[in-house]
Amino acid sequence: MAEFRLPANSRIRKGRHFPAADGAKNVQRYVVYRYDPDSGDNPRMDTYEVDMDDCGPMVLDALIKIKNEIDSTLTFRRSCREGICGSCAMNIDGRNTLACTKPADSVRGDVKIYPLPHMPVVKDLVPDLTNFYAQYASIKPWLQARTPAPPDSERLQSKEDQEKIDEPAACILCACCSTSCPSYWWNSDRYLGPAALLAAYRWLVDSRDEATGERLDELEDPFRLYRCHTIMNCSQACPKDLNPARAIAATKKMLVERRH
Amino acid sequence: MSLRSPLGRVLGHGSAKEGTGHFWSQRLTAISNAVLGVWFLAAMLGMESFTQAELRAWIAAPVNAVLLTLLTLSLARHASLGVQVVIEDYVHGPLMKVSSLIVMKFAHIVVAAAALFAILKIAVGGAA
Repeated sequence: MAEFRLPANSRIRKGRHFPAADGAKNVQRYVVYRYDPDSGDNPRMDTYEVDMDDCGPMVLDALIKIKNEIDSTLTFRRSCREGICGSCAMNIDGRNTLACTKPADSVRGDVKIYPLPHMPVVKDLVPDLTNFYAQYASIKPWLQARTPAPPDSERLQSKEDQEKIDEPAACILCACCSTSCPSYWWNSDRYLGPAALLAAYRWLVDSRDEATGERLDELEDPFRLYRCHTIMNCSQACPKDLNPARAIAATKKMLVERRH
Repeated sequence: MSLRSPLGRVLGHGSAKEGTGHFWSQRLTAISNAVLGVWFLAAMLGMESFTQAELRAWIAAPVNAVLLTLLTLSLARHASLGVQVVIEDYVHGPLMKVSSLIVMKFAHIVVAAAALFAILKIAVGGAA
């Protein structure tokens, strides 16, 4: 059955408190999920008081400041700091988003930060995305065509056809959408989730791809595709303002159309 | 612990190559439920009294009997498809899942058959 309570060793306890430096005037409190699998301890919430007058504007800036100046054991992924790599996806103030594009002053009260929900945690804010990446690989995210490419040019595409893949191709695979989806929480072993389905749609509507039928065959499954119940958390969570829910609905429509 | 590769686990037993029929049926029965539901609600609101005699006479009218039969079939089909999704979502043990699905399907058929029998008995069965 579905589990509505965390296992005993995953229940969160109160953690340590790191007060702001003396003289700090503009203090923001960051309450951060901490978990170290090597310690054998339960997860805890540590509280860090950060002087925002001496910190960059984004939540990621605060996390980097905490790691550099307050507690070097805090672990999180980050790379580009401009919303294109997807590394710093986490749950901030109750929403999955990218720490690097989330303004710290957009959060009222304490900034509560958790790893992406319902994923195995490697350490602190680092989730295990192995299954997520395998799901992406399973939809064969590459061009499949039987017609050989022209020997002296690219495979051409009209402007209108190119515009169809503009939005779905902008996905950065941060996993904010999939890990915001209750259906993915309960059935991520069989449901592909919004990110993989958006990627699948990107190839379904690519005018150069010749495997549309095979792709639809592979998606037509009560779990892989039809676990989507149009909850639309995915579209609300996407930090790139993409719309996986619409792509999934369009995929279902394609499957209905080919039967009638 | 399984040493199967993550991709192998995701690919699993492959695609069932079905689900679209379920999706389509659920939407078709949603439309018929809405139309027949409005008719049924309007008819009930228009009843002068809810005496057994008046209700029996109403059900026995041919148009009402046919529409009520359709409403019963549509509701039972829609409910069965919907509860199937709920079970598939939340019941994960294979034995528990399959047995829940079987009991659920049979329960819907039994309820629908009882309702249809009642309508037919009143409509064509003659005396009470």
